[in-house]
Amino acid sequence: MLRLIAAFVCLALPAAADETVTSFTLDNGLEVVVIEDHRAPVVVQMLWYRTGSADEPSGTSGIAHFLEHLLFKQTENLTPGELSATVAANGGSDNAFTSYDYTAYFQRIAADRLELVMSMEADRMENLLLKQEDIATERNVILEERSQRTDTSPGALLNEQMRAAQFLNHRYGVPIIGWRHEMETLDMEDAQTFYDTFYAPNNAVLVIAGDVGPEEVRALAEQYYGPIPANADIPERFRPAEPPQNAARRVVFEDQRVAQPYISRSYLAPERDSGAQEDAAALTVLAQLLGGSNFTSVLNDKLQFEQQIAVYTSAFYDGQALDDTSFSLVVVPSDGITLDEAEAALDRVIAEFLDEGVDAEQLDRIKMQLRASQIYARDNVQSAANRYGSALTSGLTVEDVQAWPDILQAVTAEDVMEAARAVFNPRASVTGILKAPTTEVSEVSQ
Amino acid sequence: MIRLFALILIFVAGPLRAEIEIKEVTSPGGITAWLVEDHAIPFTALEIRFKGGASLDAEGKRGAINLMTGLIEEGAGDLTAQEFQAARESLAASYSFDVYDDALSIGARFLTENRDEAVDLLRLALTEPRFDEDAIDRVRAQVIAGIRSDTKDPSELASIAFSTEAFGDHPYGTSETGTIDTVSGLTRDDLVAAHQAVLARDRIFVSAVGDITSEELATLLDTLLGDLPETGAPMPEPVEVALEPGVTVIPFDNPQSTVLFGHEGITRDDEDFFAAYILNVILGGPNFESRLMEEVRVNRGLTYGIYTYLVPKDYAALYLGSVSSSNDRVAEAIDVTRAEWARMAEEGVTEDELETAKTYLTGAYPLRFDGNGPIAGILVGLQMEDLGLDYVQTRNDKVNAVTLDDINRVASELLQPDALHFTVVGQPEGLETTN
Repeated sequence: MLRLIAAFVCLALPAAADETVTSFTLDNGLEVVVIEDHRAPVVVQMLWYRTGSADEPSGTSGIAHFLEHLLFKQTENLTPGELSATVAANGGSDNAFTSYDYTAYFQRIAADRLELVMSMEADRMENLLLKQEDIATERNVILEERSQRTDTSPGALLNEQMRAAQFLNHRYGVPIIGWRHEMETLDMEDAQTFYDTFYAPNNAVLVIAGDVGPEEVRALAEQYYGPIPANADIPERFRPAEPPQNAARRVVFEDQRVAQPYISRSYLAPERDSGAQEDAAALTVLAQLLGGSNFTSVLNDKLQFEQQIAVYTSAFYDGQALDDTSFSLVVVPSDGITLDEAEAALDRVIAEFLDEGVDAEQLDRIKMQLRASQIYARDNVQSAANRYGSALTSGLTVEDVQAWPDILQAVTAEDVMEAARAVFNPRASVTGILKAPTTEVSEVSQ
Repeated sequence: MIRLFALILIFVAGPLRAEIEIKEVTSPGGITAWLVEDHAIPFTALEIRFKGGASLDAEGKRGAINLMTGLIEEGAGDLTAQEFQAARESLAASYSFDVYDDALSIGARFLTENRDEAVDLLRLALTEPRFDEDAIDRVRAQVIAGIRSDTKDPSELASIAFSTEAFGDHPYGTSETGTIDTVSGLTRDDLVAAHQAVLARDRIFVSAVGDITSEELATLLDTLLGDLPETGAPMPEPVEVALEPGVTVIPFDNPQSTVLFGHEGITRDDEDFFAAYILNVILGGPNFESRLMEEVRVNRGLTYGIYTYLVPKDYAALYLGSVSSSNDRVAEAIDVTRAEWARMAEEGVTEDELETAKTYLTGAYPLRFDGNGPIAGILVGLQMEDLGLDYVQTRNDKVNAVTLDDINRVASELLQPDALHFTVVGQPEGLETTN
């Protein structure tokens, strides 16, 4: 009933998220976040490690992700594949993913089976049992994964080269899946060392979302994760910082599998910092203004409606990262428009935007949509779990996550322009060109 | 530790039921929808389907319905494309328009506080699309760019080649986007005709979930859909699956080969459908534990993933699978797949496998109902399959009713290892096109 009244009163659109979130920390350092949603008898457990590919020792690219695969093999108490099989036999689903700043494992299951998945997730935090026979086959699996996701896609290959050029010193320039030649050499010792170094309760965040209360979660977490000792030697996350970037870079990737050439541009950009998310908020709004709508954004308006220079344009910025990140733009030219012309048009639009400033009505529409997105977000508890887990492993706090919507609403046109002037620094940019080889006359059949 | 697992596993006995109450709502104008009222969050998810979809393309106009679908949101009434979208953005409503072989699908999400405006705007798009020439040119260029990309995308190449071998001249046999030639030739009149062919009231299915009452929904249905024409184009004819057994290699310069395989499947209204559905979970279903995943990925490391799917379309049924593997190992992946297909056809599944698949399916079903958006999608699908208002409550019983004899009889009938066709896009070693 309370809920209903709250919804009624909030008709004017709430400024703050209406999520029921509780957080606490166990004695061994495990941080726990509980997000309640009692509409369906479902619970999601996500265990996030504050360790991703950017934490790998150099020369072992891909080890964070390889280890993630190996955690589905055996432990001292679980046979290979038993965890997933048990989850499935109970009607649940499970998986895991690795990024630059985090590695996360999750299960989605009936709420009364939370204890079951918690006992197994806690088990593989400390009892992994690597076997030589699993290493070779699973390494083939990740090599096939790289073939499928990256080597089959010219766009993914360009993106990989662009990141390598964007980050001169930071490991954000190394692909999460790894460089193939290093992946081929990953062995059991690499995996064991990485596991021993980083997998510990004081380097993890447990997010439980769904039809469960914080008291129950605390009791279960203390029972299953509580006995696991903290690791006093977790390395500080000081990654090599970027030096001043003083030269525009240009990456041209030619591949005969390219049917639709395009130009992509990325700029080094600041990330969301705990307690100081304002610059990142302005950049988030800037990306929406430039490319967030296929119809009314600045790039779309000028390059697809005013003129027919592009068939597709977009702007992208994700401020959630531990260290400096990137702001990207893309233009897919129309038939008959060269890549040079598309690039010139992109630069012209940026210059005009810096000159003309923000359209007030467009800014209002974006803020309205951002406010509404908080209502729509409450329909998906797993995405809320993702939001908290990725933030808390990227240097942010629960308070930062909850302050974010208000900070976005407070962004002014001046803030956006200031952020735009700072980020569009050609000397910190990478321009990527994707095209088919020019020597080959490649006519499209059909 | 292991002891504890065993104890909890015994717990599994009584699977959850999806706790939702579905109401059937009929508007004064005679349009029916399924509704789940849930006032916890102040918005509504609405799903609309027009049966027939891209298969209703007129002769020689392949891609017209796809292009038309892309133009629904490109200007309506007295609003240009940009004016229409600015209005939508101001309401923070979202509309999605998609088309596939058997249906045109519209999803909408709008806040309670401006529901009337959001519905009016969507009505304008459905009933008075402008099809302005500049919008047609712009979206046509986007569609053609997509078709051009598809010609270098191994998954798309495999899909189109496989469909053509299976269905020939039937609409299922070609891509719903059309070819560069057919799309280039489409006129505004073709798009108007495509609109009239598909968006008609005699083929419409609607569901709504969220902050809306029966009365409000009844009014909404007439406002939104009451002005649509009564009938559209006749539905397509059923088609035989004409796949030949064997291998088709499509040369493509890529380090990995992308494979689509399969043979004839089973229709949704077949009394053995549930047995086949469980069988598929065991053979190549969504879990890590399927036999194919176990043999091809886990034991041999030949792929990142292998999956099979029952594809019961409205006018034909396929049983499909997909796998990608390095050029030098794809032949082995195919051999193992064929062998597993044959082993299951001959030996069937074990009692254990059947029970595990049942507990998975019956346990997973209620977990699907975890949000307004997902529930709306499920409800509209149930209506299209004519499964009845009580299906959500009885579905798990149907799964549990399948016996070992049933499933093993269906395994021997459905699985035809000698009929399998593999379409391979890449530079596979040791594989050649048969016939």
